[in-house]
Amino acid sequence: MKKIALSLFVIFAFAAYVLYVRIIGTNVPFVVLTPEPNKPKTSLSLPKYGGNTNTNTNVTPKSKSIPTTNNLKYKDGNYIGKTIDAYYGNVQVRAIISGGKITDVQFLDYPQDRQNSIRINTRAMPYLISEAISVQDSNVDTISGASFTSAAYRESLSSALLQAKI
Amino acid sequence: MKQVQIIMGTPVAVEIVDREANQKLFDEVFDYFKYVDEKFSTYKDTSEISAINNKKNKGENTQNIFGGMSKDMKVVFELSLETKKITNGYFDIITPSGSYDTSGLVKGWAIFNASNILKTRGVKNFCVEAGGDIQVSGRNEKGEAWSIGIQNPFNKKREIIKKVYLGNNEGIATSGTYVRGCHIYNPKDKNDKLEEVVSLTVIGSNIFEADRYATGAFAMGQNGIFFIESKENLEGYAIDKNGVATMTIGFKKYIKE
Repeated sequence: MKKIALSLFVIFAFAAYVLYVRIIGTNVPFVVLTPEPNKPKTSLSLPKYGGNTNTNTNVTPKSKSIPTTNNLKYKDGNYIGKTIDAYYGNVQVRAIISGGKITDVQFLDYPQDRQNSIRINTRAMPYLISEAISVQDSNVDTISGASFTSAAYRESLSSALLQAKI
Repeated sequence: MKQVQIIMGTPVAVEIVDREANQKLFDEVFDYFKYVDEKFSTYKDTSEISAINNKKNKGENTQNIFGGMSKDMKVVFELSLETKKITNGYFDIITPSGSYDTSGLVKGWAIFNASNILKTRGVKNFCVEAGGDIQVSGRNEKGEAWSIGIQNPFNKKREIIKKVYLGNNEGIATSGTYVRGCHIYNPKDKNDKLEEVVSLTVIGSNIFEADRYATGAFAMGQNGIFFIESKENLEGYAIDKNGVATMTIGFKKYIKE
């Protein structure tokens, strides 16, 4: 009887151990994948290119007093900036202010060194899918496009924001 | 909750869906972008990159220049070198005039780091955009994948010619010559006006990858989209001057929700 009890205990203990290893074994990656919020995360979602992984937690800007108009309050409305002559054409923007903040910046004019009319061309690229572009409805969260960081853009925008200043 | 500020000469938009959204979070993200702008803006005489370019123009020893760099500047220069390698030399921070311009990579890097600030603060559902380059996380306000429009490069209105849905924390970046004339050049052929392709959108596992590959592949002209096709974890949508778009094979999965 004692022998049976002992061997049952050993079998049970072994089964418990296997179960334990199994659960821990599958759980570990999950623990890593969902780190506790607020804990500085090390490198899991950060790609392997190394740099600046742990500097995220203490990104104290070095110069606090950056001259910027961003924190100012603006009057609500639409403000059209000056037309600025960039060497490749004109740039003019409109700033939309709502609730005292900039909510959108739109182009009224920008250089068009490309032809406006789009010729439909069905020239096929080898093995990649080609299609003629067509306008879709604009119901999206946000838009991806080439950046507008030219000096002319900055100038037109700052003239628009100057009008919006309280 | 969405806020926009003009930093780095471009609208930076931060949208936080989580209910914990508060002004402090927004300020922290915007402050980080301002810090990056102060350091890397070639438009600012006071920036570190301008100081480096001054030294370079005066013919100072490159070893001295590199030795005196701040930690973040070094990181960006190292990443630039790495990017030059993996794009077969098509990405280069040395401009035709011989000065350094890190803007082809630093915006994506800044968005990536800004997104990690939000993640570190426990925010799960958000979208950070700077000048048309975007990092999404989690879901949008409706609880759906983030919907992103690719801008029509032929129209000055913010018209959309393709919609993509990002539900797996992707980054999306677009390179083009249509907004500010030719600001990307082919480092291997200074006379190449890169006129064939007007817009190249790249979706990657994060905005840093998407942005640097979009810039590098754009400089390859018509070959750019094939380069993107050859890379795992990257998909692309290129539009040529005739209004014909070419997409990588895996791009299809982003078109349908």
